[in-house]
Amino acid sequence: MTDATPPSLIVEMQGIVKRFPGVLANDHVDFELRPGEIHALLGENGAGKSTLMNVLAGLYRQDAGIIKVKGSLVEFSSPRAAIQAGIGMVHQHFMLVPSQTVTENILLGLDDPRFFMRLNEYDAKIAKLGERFGLKVDPRAKIWQLSVGEQQRVELLKMLYRGANVLIMDEPTAVLAPTEIEGLFQTLRAMVAQGKSVIFISHKLQEVTAIADRVTVLRRGKVTAAGVVTKGVTRQELARLMVGREVVFSIDKKPRQPGEVILDVKDLQAENDKGFPALRGVSLHVRAGEIVGVAGVAGNGQTELSQVIAGLRKCRQGEVILNGDRVNNRDTLYGIQHGMAYVPEDRTHVGSAPNLSVTDNVIMKKYRKPPISRGSLLDMGAATNFAKELKQAYDIMVPTVNTPVRLLSGGNLQRVILAREISGQPDFMVAVQPTRGLDVGAIEGVHRLLLAQREVGAAVLLISEELEELLSLSDRVYVIYEGKIMGEVKIASTEPDQSLIETIGQMMTGTPLEQIRKEGSLAHG
Amino acid sequence: MAESTLSKQRMPWRIKIEPRLDEPPAWLPAAVSVGAIILALILGGVLIAFAGGNPFASYAHIARASFGDLGVLSDTIVKATPIILTALACSIAFRMKLWNIGAEGQFIMGAWGASAVVLAPIVPAESSRWLFIPVMIMAGMAMGAVWGFIPGYLKAKFNVNEIISTLMLNYIAISWVNFWVFAVWTEGGFQMSPKFPQAAWLPRLSEYAKSVPLFRGLTTHAGLLLGIAAAIVLWFIVYRSRWGYEIRLIGDNPNAARYAGINITRNTIWVMMLSGALAGLGGMSEVGGVVHRLQTAPIAAGYGFTGIIVAWLAKLNPLVIILVSVLFGALILAGREIQPSGVPKMIQGIILVCLIASDFLLRYRIRIVRGEEA
Repeated sequence: MTDATPPSLIVEMQGIVKRFPGVLANDHVDFELRPGEIHALLGENGAGKSTLMNVLAGLYRQDAGIIKVKGSLVEFSSPRAAIQAGIGMVHQHFMLVPSQTVTENILLGLDDPRFFMRLNEYDAKIAKLGERFGLKVDPRAKIWQLSVGEQQRVELLKMLYRGANVLIMDEPTAVLAPTEIEGLFQTLRAMVAQGKSVIFISHKLQEVTAIADRVTVLRRGKVTAAGVVTKGVTRQELARLMVGREVVFSIDKKPRQPGEVILDVKDLQAENDKGFPALRGVSLHVRAGEIVGVAGVAGNGQTELSQVIAGLRKCRQGEVILNGDRVNNRDTLYGIQHGMAYVPEDRTHVGSAPNLSVTDNVIMKKYRKPPISRGSLLDMGAATNFAKELKQAYDIMVPTVNTPVRLLSGGNLQRVILAREISGQPDFMVAVQPTRGLDVGAIEGVHRLLLAQREVGAAVLLISEELEELLSLSDRVYVIYEGKIMGEVKIASTEPDQSLIETIGQMMTGTPLEQIRKEGSLAHG
Repeated sequence: MAESTLSKQRMPWRIKIEPRLDEPPAWLPAAVSVGAIILALILGGVLIAFAGGNPFASYAHIARASFGDLGVLSDTIVKATPIILTALACSIAFRMKLWNIGAEGQFIMGAWGASAVVLAPIVPAESSRWLFIPVMIMAGMAMGAVWGFIPGYLKAKFNVNEIISTLMLNYIAISWVNFWVFAVWTEGGFQMSPKFPQAAWLPRLSEYAKSVPLFRGLTTHAGLLLGIAAAIVLWFIVYRSRWGYEIRLIGDNPNAARYAGINITRNTIWVMMLSGALAGLGGMSEVGGVVHRLQTAPIAAGYGFTGIIVAWLAKLNPLVIILVSVLFGALILAGREIQPSGVPKMIQGIILVCLIASDFLLRYRIRIVRGEEA
């Protein structure tokens, strides 16, 4: 690969369209991969990165668009066809048989060896292949004995053994401990040095700038930057391309004097599901009648923060005080009974029961008290009336309140959840990604509801990855990075303020506010 | 994957299976179920014909042998009674996605508990029916509940797979009853206990033959009333009570239930105990209403396992369970007429497979697409 001759392309995807029921996952996406490069595919959750790569790896078929490999048109009917063309994908969830050895897993599904296994020979072969690419793993070890990082190496070896020239890595660092990430990066570098090409899917800016030669950014199924050389862009620019910043509509936010502190979070420390630290001392507060935003790139502790506040996750240290009452590390019910509302990130898997009716879903936090309950019985008449009232008041589009909520669109389902949470007249509400995946009209509806909460004097903590949403709704914004608060800024007007966005962008990539201020004053002085 | 294609690429048409995005029309589930049963009867008929029988004659015989006159109808209902209770037991556990396949063992323990009241004896032998029956009901339900509590507690506290633990507890229950029947309560070395005094029998229709001559010889007993009452109570619990709401919520989405502040651990234990108690009531009804003594294991005769099938076919609805149980009671009774085992069991199996498979049509829509476009 020299700079003089323009390198030919190994993979070309043109105008790829992929629809799922109700979602346009890829909207005329173009993507190009050069031989011997690490090309990052950057975007938020749900931006369409994995879909695009599943199309390339033969798992999905595109609804429109063409794929060329080494200049010739291809159509993959299965992952097997893709791997024959030299394209292999390592998925987020490994596809290995735990009770079998590394070699057995790698040989699985191949025509050779035919009948007699002669595993010793293959063990040696695989050990050699591993050495070549710096993928150290014992071929005779059983998969269940291996760490997650080692299992990932087995997946890589599986693809290399099948002769893959293009390796697609779907968020490979998500499952790794920080120390393992550097090892993975070395492997990837060794592979491109030997002529392989790598597509690296990620939503983490720091990783993309550390490992990738070029980057393509996707946002809501569309390309916002195609094949940009990473050396020429800053993380801030990438962040902006990823989350966007055009203001879709203006909203009517009246100035309002905030009241007393409703929620006080002090020095919160907690672990994520894998046992790694996710929150490393988060402190923040929310006053009555104000919306406080938490900005940050996904996976920096936002989910865990909301879960600890809502009582769904235990914290190791620190306190969550709601109206002067400690709510952390108690039953979830305690928070609910003390005026806490929670709009979870995952509408279908946490926020609702998909096969139960709208009525059953809206009484989730009310069924313990009259008029819905009469002693240990439920008054279904009262419940139905309540659901009908909410349907009217919150403009929920369903034929009847007996319809199961799995049949509702994302926007309608979010309205059901918001209606349920707001109708409890909470003192405090934590809303996580309340507009993710919604169309513009539905987003506006959600924003109005959140602002209405501020009007009536509730305290709202809004955790979002959409910067424009935070800037237009919040009174103050905290920025979180790797489980720590980098700083806090006041939002004076709903107009986008360029220097403010710049500051938030810097904090989102790990620079604390004091440091930015110091550098700023140095530059000016 | 959101959709799949079932044909080669270069076909002039292909079958496309796609998930239903809208609610299926209200008549569809019933129509699909009826269609599935008709298909199952046709398949069963084909197999009967292969075995050298006449399918039409066989089906007619089955119908006559189970619904033909008042006597056999009564026998059908006697067979259906324990199934109602075991199916209710399974339905409430399945509602919370707890796969209790131990209704058999809970049934046997219930039978043992009710028998202990008479044989231990807990209640003096000369007591009246008004003392015997309530105490036997309580003892049967309590023993069933204990047999449900064990797997429920293990599941809730240590996440022990309830399928395995309930299955294994079945065998323990069988051995437990064997021990008592052979060693403690044996009647002259036979593998059965002495017969209960009349006061410990559930009243039968035939007892009222003096005032209602029609009832002469009918063996239908008060266990049926227990079953129907239990079904109605369970219906109220599931659809009209706070607890039932929690059970439905946990069953549909445990994450949402946790989010709503519901204690899943406690509910797991309670629901398994209720499930066990219902199966135990079935065991009590069988010893008190039919056998009138404690025998070795065949006392349950697979009612616990039939209950799983019936609960499933009734889509876990307690009131529908009564109807489906009568149908299965008929099949069991007719089975005796035709063949000790075999054909009726086979037809049961085919009906179940067809009904479960037909569920697919409610969730997916099948379309035939011409050409390459989708």
